[in-house]
Amino acid sequence: MTGPLAGILGGPPPQAPPRRSDLGRNLLTTLGLALIMGLAARVIELRPLELVRDVGNIGVFLKGYLHPSFTHIGEYAWQCVVTVCIALWGTLLAFVISVPLGLLGARNLSPHPVVYFAARRTMDVLRAVNEFVFALMFVTAVGLGPFAGMLALGIHTGGVLGKLLSETIEGVDPGQAEGVTAAGAGWLHVIAFGVVPQVLPNYLSYVLLRFESDIRSAAVIGMVGGGGIGFYLWDTIRSFKDGEAATVILLIVAMVMCTDVISSRIRRAAI
Amino acid sequence: MSPTVSPVVVLERVRRHFGAQVALAGVTACIRPGEFVAIIGRSGAGKTTLLRCLSRAIVPTEGAVRMGGQDLQPLAGAALRAHRARVGVIYQQFNLVKRLRVLDNVLVGRLPHLRGWRRYTALARVFDREQRDAALSCLDHVGLLARAWQRTDTLSGGEQQRVAIAKILAQEPKLILGDEPVASLDVMNGALVMETLRRIATAAGLTVVSTLHHVEYARRYADRVLGLRAGRLVFDGPARDLDDGAIREIFGAVSEAGDDEVQMARLPEPALVTS
Repeated sequence: MTGPLAGILGGPPPQAPPRRSDLGRNLLTTLGLALIMGLAARVIELRPLELVRDVGNIGVFLKGYLHPSFTHIGEYAWQCVVTVCIALWGTLLAFVISVPLGLLGARNLSPHPVVYFAARRTMDVLRAVNEFVFALMFVTAVGLGPFAGMLALGIHTGGVLGKLLSETIEGVDPGQAEGVTAAGAGWLHVIAFGVVPQVLPNYLSYVLLRFESDIRSAAVIGMVGGGGIGFYLWDTIRSFKDGEAATVILLIVAMVMCTDVISSRIRRAAI
Repeated sequence: MSPTVSPVVVLERVRRHFGAQVALAGVTACIRPGEFVAIIGRSGAGKTTLLRCLSRAIVPTEGAVRMGGQDLQPLAGAALRAHRARVGVIYQQFNLVKRLRVLDNVLVGRLPHLRGWRRYTALARVFDREQRDAALSCLDHVGLLARAWQRTDTLSGGEQQRVAIAKILAQEPKLILGDEPVASLDVMNGALVMETLRRIATAAGLTVVSTLHHVEYARRYADRVLGLRAGRLVFDGPARDLDDGAIREIFGAVSEAGDDEVQMARLPEPALVTS
């Protein structure tokens, strides 16, 4: 060192404390990961060579889709509207379910550990059970159709949104809520004044994101009798009406793209 | 607002442990109605713990805190909320809800005073004219009426602290507690906030107990000073008795303190709030 600091920092280099080598641990981790991935490849019958050899078959399959048939497009378009309506009501139902679950399942807000535990586990169950399973269940209660699909979507998404809400609440600035508590306000008032203004922007953003994902789910939930475009997707593919299936897929893609654009516009405008 | 007579606050051999650490090692004091009391001491001397015992945010490990003869320890539920309503707390970081409008933050002080169905309309931030007018006049009192509809986080620190004062005015407390209310403000705003507090306390006959970082603030605004050192009360007397010897007793030698614990900055002449 030659600069102006040489007088302070000059002299023989200091002896740093000995550093432990990470080589062995890194090697072991890499080998372990490789072993797990290799076993997993056996389990899923990973055969990349077959993909290369028979890739032409996909072309044969896709050929049928190159000529979409527009004879039933009116009916398919209407089913897309039904699908959007399923997602709208499903998301609304999810919102209604998520608020009490999210409030009671937030550690810093829950009135009692038992309530907290119950709310958390309820949300876990709702999230763990796929919307398709819920749809099969509701079809037995309310019959085939969009109503069953909307219930299934709402219940499952309610669990997801509830979890997101409770986690947002656990991240609020406790000082702002303490200012309300210290004024002698009750539980509901502390939530309305100290918590809601803090979580609202993030939570609305989550609701809109889930609405987008609900549109995608609603587009396939018809396969199990939940109404909407999904039934036609399933039906046309299964009966090899390739032209019809192509139309349905195009409509679904257009619908998903439109709702994503609109909802991200809303999200930006609102937050 | 009618003049309030604060109750007597009594601390009886208050001890408070946090695990093995002793924050308060037996503090006894009696705070008379209408007194302006400053608590001074180094960081970790137990100032905030003492304050939190008074607000009943925590309970003493041993000893008792009484307000108007009532032991605070057994308070719970509605009685605890009623106690919190009669104690107005101002914080170093203001603790206002940043995304709410200024007036809504002041209206938070009115929440414990709502009766009947009005408590439920308040959940949607709907208040009747009487409550709104009360909050507006509190805001006017601290000179921030023009800011009523602004979002709170658009205000400067000094303004936010005055909103916090308007909020506790709206609360109509019997006792005001300050947890380093001016520590995050510049000297001008700090003086303005202390002036406002002093004026309110004198006009309404309210007791104020506040921790203060600046010894100079304590000298200028407090009637009485409590000096804490390592959880013990080592000074209890009128602010004018706070001489160099007392300062050394409370803070130790400057070389011991090692940092800016003892701040003796010259304060500017206080600007008066126009109201």
